[in-house]
Amino acid sequence: MTQPRPPVESGVVDVTPYLHPLMKKNYGRWKWHDRPQPGVLRHVADSGDQIWTVRAGTQRQMDVHTVRLLCDIADQHAEGYVRFTIRSNIEFMVSDEAKVQPLIEALNAAGFPIGGTGNSVSMISHTQGWLHCDIPGTDASGVVKALMDDLYEEFTNERMPNRVRITTSCCEINCGGQGDIAINVQHTKPPKINHELVANVCERPAVVARCPVAAIRPALINGKPSLEVDERKCICCGACFPPCPPMQINDPEHTKLAIWVGGKNSNSRSKPAFHKLVAAGLPNNPPRWPEVAEVVKKILYAYQKDARDWERMNEWIDRIGWARFFELTELPFTKYHIDDWRGARASLNASAQMRF
Amino acid sequence: MAKKTHETPLLDQLESGPWPSFITGLKRLAENNDMVVDLLGQLETSYETKSGYWKGGTVGVFGYGGGVIPRFTELLDAKGKPKYPHAAEFHTLRVMPPPGWHYDTDTLRKFCDIWEKYGSGLIALHGQTGDIMFQGCTTENVQPAFDAINEMGFDLGGAGPALRTACSCVGQARCEHACYDTHRANRQLVNAFIDDMHRPSLPYKFKFKMSGCPNDCMNSVQRCDFAVIGTWRDDIQVDQQEVQNFVAEHGRQYVIDNIVTRCPTRCLSLTDQDTLDIDNRNCVRCMHCINVMTKALSPGKERGASILIGGKRTLKIGDLMGTVVIPFMKLDTEEDWQALEEFAGRVIEFFAENALEHERTGEMIERIGLTSFLEGVGVEPDPNMINHPRTNPYVRLDDWDAEVEKWNQRKGASAAG
Repeated sequence: MTQPRPPVESGVVDVTPYLHPLMKKNYGRWKWHDRPQPGVLRHVADSGDQIWTVRAGTQRQMDVHTVRLLCDIADQHAEGYVRFTIRSNIEFMVSDEAKVQPLIEALNAAGFPIGGTGNSVSMISHTQGWLHCDIPGTDASGVVKALMDDLYEEFTNERMPNRVRITTSCCEINCGGQGDIAINVQHTKPPKINHELVANVCERPAVVARCPVAAIRPALINGKPSLEVDERKCICCGACFPPCPPMQINDPEHTKLAIWVGGKNSNSRSKPAFHKLVAAGLPNNPPRWPEVAEVVKKILYAYQKDARDWERMNEWIDRIGWARFFELTELPFTKYHIDDWRGARASLNASAQMRF
Repeated sequence: MAKKTHETPLLDQLESGPWPSFITGLKRLAENNDMVVDLLGQLETSYETKSGYWKGGTVGVFGYGGGVIPRFTELLDAKGKPKYPHAAEFHTLRVMPPPGWHYDTDTLRKFCDIWEKYGSGLIALHGQTGDIMFQGCTTENVQPAFDAINEMGFDLGGAGPALRTACSCVGQARCEHACYDTHRANRQLVNAFIDDMHRPSLPYKFKFKMSGCPNDCMNSVQRCDFAVIGTWRDDIQVDQQEVQNFVAEHGRQYVIDNIVTRCPTRCLSLTDQDTLDIDNRNCVRCMHCINVMTKALSPGKERGASILIGGKRTLKIGDLMGTVVIPFMKLDTEEDWQALEEFAGRVIEFFAENALEHERTGEMIERIGLTSFLEGVGVEPDPNMINHPRTNPYVRLDDWDAEVEKWNQRKGASAAG
């Protein structure tokens, strides 16, 4: 047997060779930027150099043919350098304004939308889902494809009050992160336990320790060491499922989707904020999840119509109040919207300030 | 030619509509790749049954304890054999991209050639932590695929209880708002602790993210344990001529409604000459006015970064934002950069020694209190760390006078310095 090759523990590469020459030359010496049209940025350096960026949406999960097609476009219509944004948009940089329109035409002809800049709905950040994850309650790429088909015009235009960041997550771990609108799996029934397998597959004390509400305890079931769940305490979060796959939390019917709003990472104007639950109980309905799209669009267009310029989703709601939010979006308000987790008191209205 | 494709009536419905379709891409791969033919078969089954069919396992490369995400199918036929045998193993290699996800096309083409040869041909650009995700590899091909990628100069990212891949915004490469070199920070911090990435032995995952300004395009405040967010501590730079041009172009009402009154600490005043007065002592560096008037306003000249510790998502105790631990540090000289690296080392070491198994940094701080964490990593308390002081008297103040004396000494030292 041949000796295995030891890895070169090279870590993160130096970025310099991967930068467009104008970005290399003007590194740290950029002066200002503007957006000549949706999907196009112009940055101007102290030196007077200008660089144009064209941003296009992608499907994120890309086959090598798509990646090569994007490289062909970058070589023929741009200058051989690209970068990706945190939301899987691809950016092409050119040093000459005359190259911008032909580049846009080539991308559009190949089926890539131009946009995602300024006050638009950018690509939805998402996770792996059924395609690759070991614990997903739903798919990711499919939900996102279906929604982006519906929101295509909001990607290619900048006609929202401020930017809108949508995220999806296939379990309650929420890899998709905070969003102005977040579409997250919400389980509604406790795990179904295969007691035959628990002792062999699961490290039981570790599983007990994972439960946020201490609902899991060791038990002897049919003479075998296993785990049991106090279903009155269980909050159906699924935290036990990754360390103990025999505690199946996913269910074709009872795994639902919930919609959250008002998450924000940026510090602009208001401080960063967590998203809040506004709708739940939506069916997990592949291949196009129409019930989810309907609620997302209801919220998005209520925001577009009522928010003032530069208000993000959470800032709009802060101004109009939650009562008006539920009125404008026509979403029901239930006892489940009232938080009872730790720190919940801070979310209650301890004042006589109300809007009617 | 690959084996015959399976019927996929549900997935086919994701080929219509204007947004680029990952299903169309997978079908193109399936024309000459049996693994993708069977992947589509399994994915179609998931769409029918609303169930997932992957389980984890143990697959890796020689010399490393992490970086490969093993996936084995759990979808079996009546005889207990994989229903879609060519996709029975579908592992992912997480590879650390160039900082800021900058590429030349030659590098991307080489990645494609390697992945076409050893894997499924499916690449996610990028995963939520920031890795290039080479998705779909047999156990046998994981090592040669990694060897080829490693020969190009790229290294595996993290998985499991380990340091994870970092991400940095476009930064000084193309953004005038970047207050420090985010790409240098990404490379230096990850590479300084690379052993914690390749040999997972931390209590749980540990993530760095680098945003060049408080717009926080890397979402670092809620997506990582150690957020480095660029900021400045002198005055906003103003080009009053450009302010006047902006007012002439957009009108006074626009400037008042969308810039002056949107300042969270009411620092802005539009003068009768259509210039801006800024109360810089009260500015909280929110970025709004700078974002809107990109030509007239820029961050100050005395730039550096704030460090916020402990952000993460839901499980187990609920969402946590990172909180301020270092209000400001300069990142100009080699000594500054060394100080950043040393501080990161103290945080990782404290986390490694004090967190419980499967407990993130933020959860550990929630359990032990910020004060204990500050003492552990050698940082003095600062009013910038809090929204407001405590509202309850449930605390012992035995060393109050000594703590007051420390504060006075620090104040004296900073006044003298």
